[in-house]
Amino acid sequence: MHSFGYRANALVTFAVTILAIMCTMASFSDNFNSPSPTARVQVLSINRFQKQIHGNDEVTMTLNISMDLQSLFTWNTKQVFVFVAAEYETPKNSLNQISLWDGIIPSKENAKFSIHTSNKYRFIDQGSNLRGKEFNLTLHWHVMPKTGKMSADKIVMTGYRLPVDYR
Amino acid sequence: MDWQGQKLAEQMMQIMLVAFAVVAFLTGYVMESFRMMMLVYACGVVLTTLITVPNWPFFNRHPLKWLDPSVAEKYPKPQPQEPVVLKKKPTKK
Repeated sequence: MHSFGYRANALVTFAVTILAIMCTMASFSDNFNSPSPTARVQVLSINRFQKQIHGNDEVTMTLNISMDLQSLFTWNTKQVFVFVAAEYETPKNSLNQISLWDGIIPSKENAKFSIHTSNKYRFIDQGSNLRGKEFNLTLHWHVMPKTGKMSADKIVMTGYRLPVDYR
Repeated sequence: MDWQGQKLAEQMMQIMLVAFAVVAFLTGYVMESFRMMMLVYACGVVLTTLITVPNWPFFNRHPLKWLDPSVAEKYPKPQPQEPVVLKKKPTKK
């Protein structure tokens, strides 16, 4: 501690060490938050349901997605990534997941909303298994904290069924 | 900066940084603002730097008092012969 340089060095080293501890504590404080998010997805209409030239089924639908993810946000949350996926079972694969819509929620104020949209990404099956298929719409979310570990969870909504015939 | 000043500077630096860290964390947690925590802590680090890094006069209140050369000459250096006798004592035991 006898010179300017040594004191500056000691101070910066100690300050950064404490900064790391503070960030760890901020990350740890997220454990005290117990979120209770809610979500609801309605399939308003099936606009198109066709077999493509190569034999794959494609569906176009209009969705009404409403969610309240405000309880996911803490002071250590940077943003939340959400996506709605159609999940169904086929003889070949026990789980097929197709992302239909996604979004990035930047703040707590924007975390409660309702959106009326057609599917953002194409709903195409690898094959022709979709006629009369029962499927789940699952809201997945990934919480991206400012410091610490990313976490993910989901809400599964069951009981959706595609029409029996192409249209 | 003298010896007492160096000790004081190091202690002040550590205590101030920890204190600012505690204040910053509590402020940020209560206000639910990560940015506020960082701002408070950054201000604390800057303030601590200004106080403990430059060589302020109050770090130099205990200067070392060296003997005047004329006084030192009156007391000649001890000759390095005595330790040889002392070294033999432990071996006898």
